[in-house]
Amino acid sequence: MEKFTLKINGESKEVTAEDDMPLLWALRDMLGMKGTKFGCGQALCGACTVLVDGEAMRSCSLPVSAVGDQEVVTIEGLSENGDHALQKAWVEHIVPQCGYCQTGQIMNAAALLNRNPNPSDEEIESSMAGNLCRCGTYNRIKDAIKTASQNI
Amino acid sequence: MRPTFPFFKPKEETDKSKIFKPSRRDFLKVSSLATGGFFLGITFQCSGPKGSDLIFAPNAYLNIDADNLITIVAHRSEMGTGIRTSLPMIIADELGADWSKVKIIQAEGDEDKYGDQNTDGSYSVRMFYEPMRRAGATARHMLLLAASQKWKVAMDDCYTENGMVHHTESEKSISFGDLVSEVQKMEIPRSEDVILKPFSDYKLIGKDIPIYDAKDIATGKAIFGADVDLDKMKIAVIKRCPVVGGKAISVNDTAALAISGVEKTVKIEGAGLPAGLDKPLEGIAVIATNTWAAIKGRDALEVDWDLGENKEYDSAAQLQEMLKSTEEKGKVRRARGDFEEAMNSASKTIERTYELPYYAHATIEPPAAIANYSNGKCEVWAPSQHPQWARGAVATALGIEVEDVTMNVTLLGGGFGRKSKPDFIVEAAILSKEMNGPVRVQWTREDDLHHDFYHALSAQRIRASLDGSRKLVGWNHHTVFPAIGATSNPAEIHPSDGELGLGCVDFPYDVPNIRIETHESKAHTRIGWLRSVSNIHHSFAINCMMDEVAEARSIDPINNALEMLGEDRNLSFKEELDGDFSNYGESIEEYPWETGRMKAVIQRVAKEAGWGQRLGGNKAMGFACQKSFLTYVACIVIAEKGDDGKIKVSDVHYAVDCGIGVNTDRIRSQFEGGAQFAHGLATSSAITFKNGKVEQNNFDTYLITRMPQAPKKYHIHIVESMEKPTGVGEPPVPPYAPALANAVYKLTGKRQYKLPFSI
Repeated sequence: MEKFTLKINGESKEVTAEDDMPLLWALRDMLGMKGTKFGCGQALCGACTVLVDGEAMRSCSLPVSAVGDQEVVTIEGLSENGDHALQKAWVEHIVPQCGYCQTGQIMNAAALLNRNPNPSDEEIESSMAGNLCRCGTYNRIKDAIKTASQNI
Repeated sequence: MRPTFPFFKPKEETDKSKIFKPSRRDFLKVSSLATGGFFLGITFQCSGPKGSDLIFAPNAYLNIDADNLITIVAHRSEMGTGIRTSLPMIIADELGADWSKVKIIQAEGDEDKYGDQNTDGSYSVRMFYEPMRRAGATARHMLLLAASQKWKVAMDDCYTENGMVHHTESEKSISFGDLVSEVQKMEIPRSEDVILKPFSDYKLIGKDIPIYDAKDIATGKAIFGADVDLDKMKIAVIKRCPVVGGKAISVNDTAALAISGVEKTVKIEGAGLPAGLDKPLEGIAVIATNTWAAIKGRDALEVDWDLGENKEYDSAAQLQEMLKSTEEKGKVRRARGDFEEAMNSASKTIERTYELPYYAHATIEPPAAIANYSNGKCEVWAPSQHPQWARGAVATALGIEVEDVTMNVTLLGGGFGRKSKPDFIVEAAILSKEMNGPVRVQWTREDDLHHDFYHALSAQRIRASLDGSRKLVGWNHHTVFPAIGATSNPAEIHPSDGELGLGCVDFPYDVPNIRIETHESKAHTRIGWLRSVSNIHHSFAINCMMDEVAEARSIDPINNALEMLGEDRNLSFKEELDGDFSNYGESIEEYPWETGRMKAVIQRVAKEAGWGQRLGGNKAMGFACQKSFLTYVACIVIAEKGDDGKIKVSDVHYAVDCGIGVNTDRIRSQFEGGAQFAHGLATSSAITFKNGKVEQNNFDTYLITRMPQAPKKYHIHIVESMEKPTGVGEPPVPPYAPALANAVYKLTGKRQYKLPFSI
């Protein structure tokens, strides 16, 4: 067991864990932050996506020991009041069905808009290809990302 | 409690609902939020277990408090269909509530309080539309009466809107909250005095209403199964026998226990064979202080298994046997005329076989459940489609009374039929009892794909005979697949009447000679129901064959379907069946099979999609239609061949007649999602078994649709209808794969007879 100091959503958080524990379980089990979801454990579905220094990372496959002093942003820290342009667009387009994958989708979309503020349909598709949705909300996700890109 | 299948579940609830005033204490049982105000409950007349007397069970509660907050209890499980929004919407609209001031709380699983909560079979709106309207109208009646008495005016001159009662003749208005104290003293009006609003007065029903949970979901605050945290909760991850029916002979847990955070291992006794629908598989649970330690501990377990009688099971070999069996004469399940004679005198008989694999549900939220056992009582939190079945199964497994189990329902991260089965919830309960404290059972994705209740693999053979004038005069459909019932009862070696009523014996076309046959097959794994159930394979085979029939007749497929549906009339299949016609649990008189409604959706989809127009060489349209779960659906898929030779779906058109549409946005979203779900079934997903074990492990081998492969545009055309509402969760799925296959044929000249096919 080791003690790690993580920068999460602008705050410093201490976690005592095995060094191979994925960031996902540190967030969920150790810090009680439940917005980041477990879907596959193998970086295949994107439900656990968080931002690490602004880039989308699959927290299920990122050992807590590899985070270092990088800035982690989770869905809980994406905006102060749930009013990030993506979150607003998600509500406006009524994107979610069951909703389970959506926090991962939003975090992945946030990383996309960070590096490409005006993505084309094709760029959205290729950037979002790693985030699975079983209910079938991809087209509304696409529309919401386009709406958010106008308002960011 | 007996497992209830969505498709042959008798309709237990009737619209003879009664409205009553529950005590404040009753309401507090479901909500700690309501502290005062006016309470209203609804009872639905439910029949008890077969033959027993009718019982009255309160199903839903409504509370209006002095601060104008309206609280409505949602008693059905939310898995993404929007039901947690749609049913309260109906109450609120009749009431004339301010929708922005409606709070929705989730009911626990309790049959005595809520009647049937089995959220399955595209059933909720169909069952509860009328009772919810009556509840809202009753509360409105009482508020109007209270206001009119206060103002000393005629009640008929008052109306409700946005949480206020208004007087038409004057400027007088008063909020619901200000009437609460008067309404509390009133008796419930006689039901014949309560008048429902005309449809044109609705402000929510028939409109696009955002789902209640949208913002919570987008901000990560929504609570799904694994998100419930209890003090001192342990986490369990289980190594289950890789072959259904196997048993553990010996366990070496030394390495597992050496992992930091792992506290204990516990053996869970499996059901053996038959595996059953509500029992855990044999497994060894690793109990740890966190999920990661539990996963690592599980992976470090060494278990020597007796794999049992399915240890050599090979699904590809079984499928070939099943296919071979369709060459023989089977058990006749529907007969009209003389197919043999029709075939012998036919000028042409088209004979084709169709093969579909097992499918896993693969909800993005893998099964997870929390149980807290202490002092002979157990409280459970789980993403359950069928909380009452789970409650009963937990009580049985722990040897306690049903009343001693409290079943809390979280949001479901997808259901599709998987989370009807309570096996994972029972695991949590057993382990919690063992640990005498709270335990969360967490399934990994590998667990989910290896130990699902799969959609059955299937083989079909259809012979379609045409006479000299190119009329379809003979239809012979052989279908074989392991029955869901076989998971509990190995003697069930033929598909049940209920499963055949899902798109097979309800073949609607006007063909003079029909013979539908089934063949024997055994279940070598756990078979369950997946979104639209046997409609998936039946619709694929029939719609693909009908496309070939149209081609052989040199008739356009849409015209062929319209012509063969014949005159507008109500079909009844009963007299030609050897067995019952389930009609999704409804009487055929009340919910007839109307050819006119099917023809109307076909004509609508053809018009909207521009069927028949020239699309250019790299695009083509395919058509299919399927009535399922009492909803009429026609589908046109437009497939496009790219420069790279790959085929993509540019557009999907659906026309749907589901009677009255309650939340039109959620109808559209179910069809968008249903198309995407079915796209995976059609083009990429398959579960296979070798040596009794599932060969797929995760989303790298069980492939579901990703954004780049998904259809690009959806066009959902909802027929305006005043017919009784029917469900939309499942009906989008069946016609998609055959419509795509028929479009792909037009593009490539190649017919598809097996799912999945790559494009």
